[in-house]
Amino acid sequence: MSKLKTTTKWAMAIALAAGLAQTGCGKRDGANGSGSGGGKVTSVQNIGSDTMVNLAQAWSEEYHKVDPGVSIEVSGGGSGLGIAGLINGTAEIANSSRKLESEEVEKCKAKHGGSDPKEYMVGYDALSIFVHKDNPLNEISLEELAEIYKEGGKITKWSDLGVQSIPGAQGDEIVRISRQNNSGTYHYFREVVIGKKGDFKAGSVDLNGSKDVVETIAKTPNAIGYSGMGYATPAVKIVKVAKKKGEPSVMPSIETTLNKTYPIARPMFMYTPGTPPPHIQKYLDWVMSDAGQKIVKDTGYVPLPKK
Amino acid sequence: MPAEIHTREARGPAAPLHPRSGAAGDDPRQKKKRAGRGAVSIAGEKVIEALIRLCGISAIIFVFSIFFFVFREAVPLFFEKPKAQTQEQAAAVERHADDHRPAHKVFSLKEFLFSKEWYPTSQSNVRFGVLALIVGTLSVTVLAMVIAVPFGLGAAVFVSEFCGGKVKETLKIVIELLAAIPSVVWGFIGLTVMNPIIQNLFNAPIGLNVLNGAILLALMSVPIMVSIGEDSLKAVPDSFREAGIALGATRWQLVYRVLIPAAKNGLLAAVLLGVGRAVGETMAVLMATGHAVNIPDSIFDPVRTLTATIAAELGEASEGSQHYRVLFLIGVLLFSITAVVNLTADMAIRGIKRK
Repeated sequence: MSKLKTTTKWAMAIALAAGLAQTGCGKRDGANGSGSGGGKVTSVQNIGSDTMVNLAQAWSEEYHKVDPGVSIEVSGGGSGLGIAGLINGTAEIANSSRKLESEEVEKCKAKHGGSDPKEYMVGYDALSIFVHKDNPLNEISLEELAEIYKEGGKITKWSDLGVQSIPGAQGDEIVRISRQNNSGTYHYFREVVIGKKGDFKAGSVDLNGSKDVVETIAKTPNAIGYSGMGYATPAVKIVKVAKKKGEPSVMPSIETTLNKTYPIARPMFMYTPGTPPPHIQKYLDWVMSDAGQKIVKDTGYVPLPKK
Repeated sequence: MPAEIHTREARGPAAPLHPRSGAAGDDPRQKKKRAGRGAVSIAGEKVIEALIRLCGISAIIFVFSIFFFVFREAVPLFFEKPKAQTQEQAAAVERHADDHRPAHKVFSLKEFLFSKEWYPTSQSNVRFGVLALIVGTLSVTVLAMVIAVPFGLGAAVFVSEFCGGKVKETLKIVIELLAAIPSVVWGFIGLTVMNPIIQNLFNAPIGLNVLNGAILLALMSVPIMVSIGEDSLKAVPDSFREAGIALGATRWQLVYRVLIPAAKNGLLAAVLLGVGRAVGETMAVLMATGHAVNIPDSIFDPVRTLTATIAAELGEASEGSQHYRVLFLIGVLLFSITAVVNLTADMAIRGIKRK
């Protein structure tokens, strides 16, 4: 009736139980960098700024077509993390949305045989203030922005800003759209608009991406928010920003960023510890070339002025 | 008669544990066949037995190792020594203001549980208060249950008592399908469909709020409630129904006066498992509640839940930092909440069996 011998087959099948394959961690040979040697891929560690991480990723992908022999491995974590990596040697290129401080330069020199870290300015980031397209607001000052966003700030209603009615809006309340609290953009906005010592007012809608901010504002007539200039869509409006109330307000653009009239724009840097090896130098030259700067523009940042 | 009642228990625990010894002893034919088997097949059987036992207890191993891991990451918070803030260190903190490393501060459990200020990455004053997040989680869950309980239990009663044949089968399949929709899809619906509807229908300034999250969670927990609720109604013996009808009860009276009281433990378990689902849900609430640290005044205010906070912040908190550990402590908190809810549900189910 039943074949008991199948148990033997079963036993054999069980004998095929999985074994663990151990994969060794390949030692990186970025430092001796012989460039794009035939077939061998040299990897370069590129760590730092969250704001720049998408841009750096886009560069890395595009550069792979230019030089398949070099693989740029990009990771975020913040400018501070990139600079720490630069000092302790884990980052061959550090992305930073701020300049190195003198003490960091000293530390880096001490760790890398006395050579100064090299700084490359690779583009600018202009933070734009967005409102719904039907919102009549055209300009805003940094002080007003601070009152809207900071802890203890007094502006909570659109009428406080002189906006009487927004078509489609529900009530007078300002819905503040912000970013998650470890975003580089969040930190920059806090630093420039709220002040280093301040904090955001609780209760803002904290979204996880630059694009989400713009999309949510597009659907929310009561909203205001900040995001990169490149994320603008026809469903939202960019508001002109003035340094102080009464001063002329400025529209973010490549031009106003470069002539420094737009108040919430900042340069973006890449750093190497000392003079970089040829394959990294080649990458950085490409980043600052027209091809690399086109990607800056395409990803919504501001490219360097043409020489 | 008494013998018949006890057969189930006699067969229950003893038989499956030692199937071979019992069977071999009773049946000489089997004993003969067994003797004829080779050592390999016997060993094979032993291996399979061991593997199956391992599968059986694996859940326990997993739960305990997850518990251990989450605790291990959170516990150092309580033993960290307050760092002496020499002037030099204070200056260093100042200089590193651009790092995402917050200034050091002694962790206080009281602040964690009772402060509504959640500023884990502040540069001047780091505060880890999760009260607003707890209230956020609770408000969304409670509202979700207010919506889901009548729907879920109503559907369970209908499926179990009022419809038959094809309708019942179709309904059960569709309700199970509802359970199969991934939570990110629910979140997307909340973000794109519910958001404008809530704004226009209720004149809310923003449609990403408690109500939006609660409706999604209600829809997500209804299937669990229906299937467990239906099971527990089915478990009520038919003699109860017959007795009710014999006494001249209408269908409604039968449900209301007989079936629901008889199945109340199971129905309670259904509700509590729904609550567990709602408390632990992450993706949908992350997308639909607005993710704002806020103690809501109304159901139209955006809030943030415990789960969503972990999801949004853990990826970028540097490992071993205070922020990272606090996020794990939130994990412990969630673990405790869901454990209590599930244990209560379990005890409620046991309650039925004992009857």
